[in-house]
Amino acid sequence: MSDAGFPYLSLLTGLPLLGALVVALLPRTRPALAKQVALAWSIAVLGLALATWFAFEPNGDRFQLRESYPWIPTWDARFTFAIDGIALVMIALIAVLVPLVIIYSWDEVREETGTPAKRSVHAYFALLLALQSTMIGVFAAADIFLFYVFFEVMLVPMYFLIGSYGGARRQYAAVKFFLYSLVGGLLMLAAVIGLWVLGGHTFDWQRLTEADFSQGAERWLFLGFFIAFAIKAPFFPFHTWLPDAGGAAPAGAAALLVGVLDKVGTFGILRYCLPLFPNASKYFAPLGIALALVGIIYAALLAVGQNDLKRLVSYTSVAHFGFIGVGIFAFTTQAGSGAVLYMVNHGLATGLLFLVVGMFVSRRGSALVGDFGGAGKTVPVLSGVFIVAGLASLSLPGTAPFVSEFLVLLGTFSVYKTVAVVATLGIILGAAYVLWMIQRTTHGTPNPQMAKVRGMRRDLSWRESIVVGPLIALLVFFGFYPKPLLDVINPAVAYTLHDIKKEDPAPSAQEAGK
Amino acid sequence: MNGFTIATPAQVLAIDVRLPDLDYAAMAPMLVLFGAACLGVLVDAFAPRQSRHTIQFALSFIALTVALLAVIREARVGSRELTADVALAIDGPTLFLQGTLAVLGIVALLLVGERALEKGGPFVSQAAIPVGSEADRRQAREEGATEVFPLTLFALSGMMLFVAANDLLTMFVALEVFSLPLYLLCALARRRRLVSQEAALKYFLLGAFASAFFIFGMALLYGFAGTVSFGGIHDAALLATTSPLLLFTGLAMVAVGLLFKIAAVPFHVWTPDVYQGAPTSVTAFMAACTKVAAFGGLLRVLYVAFDRARWDIEPVIGTIAILTMLVGAILAVTQTDIKRLLAYSSIANAGYLLVGALAFSKEGLSSAMFYLAAYGFTVIAAFAVITLVRDDDGEATHLSRWAGLGREAPLVAGVFTFLMLAFAGIPLTSGFTSKFAVFGAALGVGEAWPVALVIVGVVTSMILAFPYLRVVVMMWLSEPAEQSPTVAIPGAFTSAALMVGVLATLLLGVFPSPVLDLADRAAEFIR
Repeated sequence: MSDAGFPYLSLLTGLPLLGALVVALLPRTRPALAKQVALAWSIAVLGLALATWFAFEPNGDRFQLRESYPWIPTWDARFTFAIDGIALVMIALIAVLVPLVIIYSWDEVREETGTPAKRSVHAYFALLLALQSTMIGVFAAADIFLFYVFFEVMLVPMYFLIGSYGGARRQYAAVKFFLYSLVGGLLMLAAVIGLWVLGGHTFDWQRLTEADFSQGAERWLFLGFFIAFAIKAPFFPFHTWLPDAGGAAPAGAAALLVGVLDKVGTFGILRYCLPLFPNASKYFAPLGIALALVGIIYAALLAVGQNDLKRLVSYTSVAHFGFIGVGIFAFTTQAGSGAVLYMVNHGLATGLLFLVVGMFVSRRGSALVGDFGGAGKTVPVLSGVFIVAGLASLSLPGTAPFVSEFLVLLGTFSVYKTVAVVATLGIILGAAYVLWMIQRTTHGTPNPQMAKVRGMRRDLSWRESIVVGPLIALLVFFGFYPKPLLDVINPAVAYTLHDIKKEDPAPSAQEAGK
Repeated sequence: MNGFTIATPAQVLAIDVRLPDLDYAAMAPMLVLFGAACLGVLVDAFAPRQSRHTIQFALSFIALTVALLAVIREARVGSRELTADVALAIDGPTLFLQGTLAVLGIVALLLVGERALEKGGPFVSQAAIPVGSEADRRQAREEGATEVFPLTLFALSGMMLFVAANDLLTMFVALEVFSLPLYLLCALARRRRLVSQEAALKYFLLGAFASAFFIFGMALLYGFAGTVSFGGIHDAALLATTSPLLLFTGLAMVAVGLLFKIAAVPFHVWTPDVYQGAPTSVTAFMAACTKVAAFGGLLRVLYVAFDRARWDIEPVIGTIAILTMLVGAILAVTQTDIKRLLAYSSIANAGYLLVGALAFSKEGLSSAMFYLAAYGFTVIAAFAVITLVRDDDGEATHLSRWAGLGREAPLVAGVFTFLMLAFAGIPLTSGFTSKFAVFGAALGVGEAWPVALVIVGVVTSMILAFPYLRVVVMMWLSEPAEQSPTVAIPGAFTSAALMVGVLATLLLGVFPSPVLDLADRAAEFIR
């Protein structure tokens, strides 16, 4: 059953997985072939994602390209795929990032593992494609059981990417990442089962939004989902795994981890928490905003104090997720659209930042800020890219994140003035940690230790410029002209807010009636 | 109830003793296995030594296949009846569990029959020879025992009888029929003889205690109800005007016997020692099949005989379930031996099964049965992998020895990783679907106890994820130890068992519907 005509979404989900299998089964003796096949495959996926983009009508139905196939009839779980504008932009982001990460990882994989060929190159690229498949699936799923399956399975390739190809503390980081996510996942599992039982033994998103829950049940179910998503995002106080994972993961995987995988948390709140549990969402909105606000300030302060570049970037992400959280829970169209736009822009900006940091780290053999200094003299172009990435990340006007941060603050200010004011402090702190990081690494006279390292005299290679070029172009383009994204995002956000307002009038009277 | 009068021998003879109607077709699976086991004993006595292993294996394999076919035939006929007076109930759960037992039995038999991994097989021929004696050293060099095959068949026939037993006396006989061979099998390990004998002795002593409890409880229940049949106990509990003291004490004691077999806390202490000491193929057999049989029996007792006492049972067994999950999960974290780790994990899994059982609903029953089947395949496959990781001393079961196994043998390590993820309940494995089924059934009841049990279930699943993950970390992310064990090339039998276990784990995780539906249709006891 597919009203899409062409099964875009199931293909988008299945194709990378098939690619992963193909790459994994290529002969061991030809690592180059594995890379080429993986790249070609991811570009094919990008093409399909573009086709999907044009097949999606921005002003059409809320959910489009719906496909549904039977899976486990006993539980009424189905392979149902359908996307709204929010999911569409996230899938597009994945499709753009993965080929770039593959190009970035071309020669990096071996260098970062220490001893050569300890891990097979095949496995790395196969894992990347498998990760892409699960990430697309999690955004494309419109059946809660299917969503949950992708949500959990997504951990496995990322776990091995961090654990097998990561830096010094990779074991610890991988286990911490897995356990944190699994704890959230199991809480969500309890909530999913509860939802299934109370919602009439179905997993269909549409039918579950129509279900009525008692106030207590709704709040518990909301919390089950919310905590899982808050761990995934991550929001304060569930964020401690991210700096470890981001710091230990290979830069390519870290870009996907922070750029996309974490967005599943905020996406989940928008797609599942708000529409399924509108009353509980309103009840817990102050909590959500409070956690997000604390995250903005606290993570920014911690970022200022970091000496490790990758951990620093991870903390900036936690702060940015705070902005997204504020935008979501402000419940205004502007703030909501800003939050979704931020999800995309942050993926581009932080993805770029992580990749550039990765280029620095693999040249220097260290991620410590103190091991750099004056890199602008030895690798000017790379340092320039680093500055651009940093400025984009601190939301400089003219770069894409500015638009989204502005929208979030504007939308929030109209309802919660204090919140917006406090959040603005986060921007200032953001400027502090980014600029200080840039200053300590690229400005001044070159660090003599660093200048001795041969890699630090090798400027941006053509392969690396292919990686950073498109990202910078997109960041600048959407900084000046965010309309293509907003056209798709706005209707979806409006629908989501409508879901919440649906039962809005006089909640107190309604509660008294129960 | 009945006035007791003592009959003289003449009176006894005068009573019209008639053979109850026996439905041989329905009893065929048990009879076939029992017959084949007896034949196996004769084979061991008369067949030439060099061909015994082949004959025994073929005989057991054929017997199990025939038994499976008989179960399937009976299921297709759609039998729902009490036979042998009311001693046996041939109903949905019986047939589903007997079928499960037959299939799991075949897979476990493949492991038991494997001889490629060790010269002479993993068993010695005599269990009771003192360790360190000249005779013991001699038998360590000799060809292993082939009695393991009839013993396994005896155990399986007892298990099949156990899940069908519809009165306490039959159940007790079945309990002993499947327990005694297991005690013996535990003592037959070729390596680490002392640990093996200790395991057997421990299992036997504690098992004997549990049996004593069971039989005493049975006596009390007979005193209460005047009958040992489950239907009779159910009716008596319904109509009783007398004090229910005998009923509850009797139930408690019978429950002790059953909870011992399923390894529920606080009757679990034998599990890690026995799982560790027994030959690994026997451990696999016990972990899968004993669990199925014991739970089948427990489910029948709870659902058929005591469903009226449900409100009184729930707090007690609920507490036991909570303890079982917690103790199993927490102690699993501290284990350093892979077999002990799986033993504690099996204790925790018994807790999850109790969660389903305590739903006291059709969904609860079907989910518990599905769980049993799914868990059985996964656990057999996991122990099959353990038989492969060896050094000069036999199996290398200490976790530190597994470091870097992923580099040594990526395929085996990959398979084991998959099984660990299944135990941890990651989607696309049967571990996920079975947990989903059990928790869903419990929440579906919508009462306080099941909900509390699900919450504990979720929390313990989080704790349990840690030890499983640690094994994965060991295999893939740790540097290999100085003398890392080698991974033996699995023989055809082990490969087959491994393949079946892994495929079942995957298929029941991705497309569980056929088996779920089967369990759903079967989930109705007759009384």
